[in-house]
Amino acid sequence: METIRNFRRFCLDSLRLVVVGNRAYYGWVAFLLALMGLGIVAYLGQFQDGLIHTNMRDQVSWGFYIGNFTFLVGLAAAAIMLVIPAYVYEWKPIKEIAILGELLAISALVMCLGFVLVDIGRPDRFWHIMPLVGLLNFPSSLLAWDVIALNSYLLLNYVVATYLLYCAYTDRHYVKGFVYPLVFLSIPMAVSIHTVTAYLYNGLGARPYWNSAILAPRFLASAFCSGPAILLILLQILRKTTRLEIKDEAIFKIAELMAYTMGFNLFLTAAEAFKEFYTNSQDVVFIRYLYLGLRGHYTLVPFAWASVLCGLVAFLLFLVPKTRKNWVTLNIGCVLIYASVYIEKGMGLIIPGLTPDTLGEIYTYRPSLTEVGVASGIFALGFLVFTLMLKVAVPVMLGDFTMAGRPARSAAAA
Amino acid sequence: MSEAPKVPAAPPADDESQGVSRRSFLHTAGCAAVAAALTGCGHLSTEEFLQRNFRELDKKELGEIIARLEKEYTAKFHKKVTVAATPPMPGVVFGYALDLSRCIGCRRCVYACVKENNQSRIPQIQWIRVLQMDKEEGVSLLHADPYYDPPLVPQEGHFYMPVQCHQCKNPPCVKVCPVKATWQEPDGITVVDYNWCIGCRYCMAACPYGARRFNWGEPHLPPEEINPVTEYLGNRPRPKGVVEKCTFCIQRTRKGRYPACVEICPTGSRKFGNLLDPGSEIRYVIENKRVFLFKEELNTQPKFFYFYGV
Ligand code: SF4
Ligand code: SF4
Repeated sequence: METIRNFRRFCLDSLRLVVVGNRAYYGWVAFLLALMGLGIVAYLGQFQDGLIHTNMRDQVSWGFYIGNFTFLVGLAAAAIMLVIPAYVYEWKPIKEIAILGELLAISALVMCLGFVLVDIGRPDRFWHIMPLVGLLNFPSSLLAWDVIALNSYLLLNYVVATYLLYCAYTDRHYVKGFVYPLVFLSIPMAVSIHTVTAYLYNGLGARPYWNSAILAPRFLASAFCSGPAILLILLQILRKTTRLEIKDEAIFKIAELMAYTMGFNLFLTAAEAFKEFYTNSQDVVFIRYLYLGLRGHYTLVPFAWASVLCGLVAFLLFLVPKTRKNWVTLNIGCVLIYASVYIEKGMGLIIPGLTPDTLGEIYTYRPSLTEVGVASGIFALGFLVFTLMLKVAVPVMLGDFTMAGRPARSAAAA
Repeated sequence: MSEAPKVPAAPPADDESQGVSRRSFLHTAGCAAVAAALTGCGHLSTEEFLQRNFRELDKKELGEIIARLEKEYTAKFHKKVTVAATPPMPGVVFGYALDLSRCIGCRRCVYACVKENNQSRIPQIQWIRVLQMDKEEGVSLLHADPYYDPPLVPQEGHFYMPVQCHQCKNPPCVKVCPVKATWQEPDGITVVDYNWCIGCRYCMAACPYGARRFNWGEPHLPPEEINPVTEYLGNRPRPKGVVEKCTFCIQRTRKGRYPACVEICPTGSRKFGNLLDPGSEIRYVIENKRVFLFKEELNTQPKFFYFYGV
């Protein structure tokens, strides 16, 4: 009973916390809400008339939505990048910020589910794909696996993050026996969501570009580049705008780990390119379409090379200790690697997988305004979820937001 | 059985108790409320929202659904439209063979198919795609042109290769569908439940023959052009947001007729029959002609064979 009452208080106090803020906070939230409004308007048209408002067609039947989905699964998986050293090696400076990784994962997963929902042709039949309620083609369909993996991972992160925050709020130390197993479970789970998502594409004999054994390893490698990049920037923002103390040491440690994953990511990309181009079988057309253009179609070429270039420069910036420990070059590196992976694991993965199509046709796909609008709405939703969660988490981490320190009026009311 | 009283609307659960419990869950979970909200948009009835997968329906439920659909279609197209659920014939597995040496690329099959199977006219949906290829290159997708449009066919130096669903014996589209909305029937035809498909298009990514079509928009079919004799798993009018594909004209072939494309072909390039009948023409072709399977290496095991008759 006591716990339930306390938890209710925690929820109510959190609510109170997120509705008050300074002008910058209100401005930011208003901006996100406006973007979401735009997304809803764009989506309403699509809901009414169907996916014809997108530029996807039978030849390229997945596009911007699924590209973003794939990228964001990577982001969600990368949360473990922080959890591993924090809990496994008991590395103090990262431990405090591990919770941020979990919150980031939750937000990314919310966006993932949003992108899946807007991509399906019959959102009214969404319940068909829900475990227990619908009729899941398990274990045959990798999409069924993905539904289960993503939702479990979301639940897991949600439980752990809420529990940790709640403990801090009630000024109690968390129960190790409860948190540790869950955290350790989250490590293989994070790997599995990304692996399952990779397998979703990987297992299709009809699409040679995806049908490569190193697809899943490439997914993991790139996720462990882009996810931490976001966190690094976020940590810097947080320690500027709040009293949260994040040691330089922690940031540089993450950056160092990233240098390795970035190098590995580049290596895998090169391995794939070598195999395709040197073998030069008929299946080379897909990677050709991506990097060199095919039969007069060059739509993806500039993006593909931009991705490679950004990845290379970022790798060098993170590899050299001097540039890694310089804030300007570090942040440039973060932005570059983020952009690189966003291209590579978004459109750079989906579009060449489907172009040329199974009968050799090249359909030039570019996202429509509707797709861009809907996508920005979903990104805004994700950022909003993240902002609101941070609004609670940061004071908790600072020790400002505890049950003992509740404002007098709410204490009286309770 | 014990759950039936909780759900007055549900018919007696004889075999599929799993489905009924799911259904009662839906009710208790208040999904009916959601359905009612969606019905408010005027597009969807509660029954349609809660309808289960074709293969989980018992006779009575199917009967009700068919009656509902017939009413809906008849009102929409201003003429009597029938929807049948003809079962497969025992001892029959259908096979198809196409003579590449005879096909002239006139696309009559494409249009006969559209007419027979009630494909959307706007946006245009066609289940058969005819590829024009270079004789010098052979069967090569790098040199395939689906949009050829000369005044006269066949064109010098070219041959034509129609592609449609190969009714794979090992169909990747069925394997990947997350909700079992598409499956292979005992007579070898892969069908789609248009009322269960969620429109994720995973099957389109998985099909090596580009055989599946998506209803990107609301399909439009002029009432005067509808073929009113329809099959539940075949040519009945489709809603938007779902996938469709060639069914070997299930509404004809399960009643012993030829598919529309076979009948219309002016050169006799298209052969169709029962693979299990040793005396059938299709068996003769497979046993005596030079036959090849398209993308054989993918092990989809098509029941659609290309051959060179002359
Ligand atoms: S050709 Fe395509 S749609 Fe037809 S059964 Fe094979 S995989 Fe499925
Ligand atoms: S589009 Fe429909 S039939 Fe195809 S995989 Fe998705 S749910 Fe199944």
